[in-house]
Amino acid sequence: MDLDILVEKFKQKDEKAFEKLYNMYSDSMHGVIYNIVRDHDTAEEVMQDVFIKAWHKADSYSSKKGRFFTWILNISRNAAIDKTRSKAFKNSKQNLNSDFFVDIIEGSENLDDKTDAIGIKKFVDKLAEKCKAVIELLYFKGFTQSEASEALDMPIGTIKTRNRNCIKELRNMVLN
Amino acid sequence: MDIKAYIESGILELYVAGTLSEKENEQVYALMQKHPEVLQEVLEIEAAIIKLTTATSQSNNEHILQKVKETLGLGGNDTKVISIAKPKYNWVTYAGWAASIVFAAGLLWTVNQNNQLKSDIQIAETQESLLENQITSSKNSLEEANTLITVLRDDNITKVPLAGQGNFSSSYAKVYWDKSADRIFLDAQGLPEPPEGKVYQVWSLTLSPLTPTSLGTIERFTADANKIFEINNANESEAFGITLEPAGGSATPTMDQLYTLGVVSTS
Repeated sequence: MDLDILVEKFKQKDEKAFEKLYNMYSDSMHGVIYNIVRDHDTAEEVMQDVFIKAWHKADSYSSKKGRFFTWILNISRNAAIDKTRSKAFKNSKQNLNSDFFVDIIEGSENLDDKTDAIGIKKFVDKLAEKCKAVIELLYFKGFTQSEASEALDMPIGTIKTRNRNCIKELRNMVLN
Repeated sequence: MDIKAYIESGILELYVAGTLSEKENEQVYALMQKHPEVLQEVLEIEAAIIKLTTATSQSNNEHILQKVKETLGLGGNDTKVISIAKPKYNWVTYAGWAASIVFAAGLLWTVNQNNQLKSDIQIAETQESLLENQITSSKNSLEEANTLITVLRDDNITKVPLAGQGNFSSSYAKVYWDKSADRIFLDAQGLPEPPEGKVYQVWSLTLSPLTPTSLGTIERFTADANKIFEINNANESEAFGITLEPAGGSATPTMDQLYTLGVVSTS
C-alpha cells in the first residue's frame, strides 16, 4: 500500500495501518534505540513507549513537515536519550557508550534474520572513520549540523558533503 | 534552481536525518513534489538508512508489537475490543437537546406573550375609564342642554339679556330667571375664557340705590361645554351683572371689570 495512504489511515487511528507501519520501521527504530541504551530490556521498554507515543501523537504528524521515518526516528532518539538521563538508568551503571553503531554490527553474530546484514557488514568494514562518526552523530544520535561540526572539529559545509559521500557509499552497498 | 547541485549539496541526507529547520523541510517537500529526481533521491537515502539502522538491531521485535497493542487497547486476532466511551453522540442525545432548546424557546415566547397581554389589558382598562368619563361628561352636557330647551320653552321664565359693557362690549350673556324655583340659568356663551387666577362673579342688583348681591362665582367656566350655569337666586333682582374678579371672588364688584349688565324688564 502506498505510504501516504498508510500514514493517512494511521492518522485516522486505523489499527491495521498502524500495524503495517510498525512492521516497516520497528527494526530500524530498535536499532537506533539499542545503540543509545545498549541494553535489551531497556530498548524494549523504550520501543513500546515510542510506538504508543506515536499512536497518540498521530495528529501532530503531517507529510509537509518531513518523512514519517524521520518523525518516528526523532521520537525514538529522544525517548532513548531521555532514558539514559533517567536516574534509574544511571544507577544501573550502564555506561554511556561511546562506541559507535559499527561496533554493534561488527560484533554481531546472528546474521540469519537480517539478510541485508552482509552488505552492511561489508560497508561497515570499509567505512572510513570520519564516515562512521558523521553517520553516528547525525542519524543515530540526532545531532544538529552545528553540534556535529563542533564534536568532530569539522566545518559545517564539510559535514554536509562528507555525509553525502558516506551515504552514497552506503547506498551502493545495500541497494544494489 | 539547479536541481543537480541542490541534490549534490547533501541537503536531502540531512532532511532524512531530521536536522533541517521547519522551513527547510517544507522547501524540500515542495521540491519533492515538483521534481521526481529529488523524490527518488530521498527515497533511496531513506531506504539505505533504514537498512543500516535495522542491522544495528540485534533482536526480533514482533513481540513488542503485541505489548504495544495491549497497552493501546487495540484488537487482537479473534477478540475485538469495544471501547466503552463512545465518542459519537447518538440521535437520542441530539433529539433531547433539540427538544430542550425548543421547549426553552417556547417558554420564553409564552412569557413574552403573557407580558404583552397584561400590558394590553392595562391599556384597554385605562381607555375604558376615559370613555366612561367622556360619556358621563356628555350626559351631563345633554341634561343641561335639555334643561335649557325646557327653560326656553317655558313661558313663565323671565329672559334678561346682559349686554357687553365698556371695554367688553363684544361680550354678552343671557339670564333665564325661573322665579317659581328661585333659580336662574345663566347662558355665559358670550363671555371670553377668564385668564389664569380670575373668575367670573355673578351679581343680582337692585337699583336706586345700586346694591349688588353676589350670586357666586363660576368655578368651572372653562370646563363646562355649553356654558349654561344653574344658579340659585331668591332675590328680588332688578338687574344682573357679571364681573371678572380674582380667584375666590370679591365682596363687592370690581366695576371696571364689569363685562355684562342687564336690567330686568318690568313689562
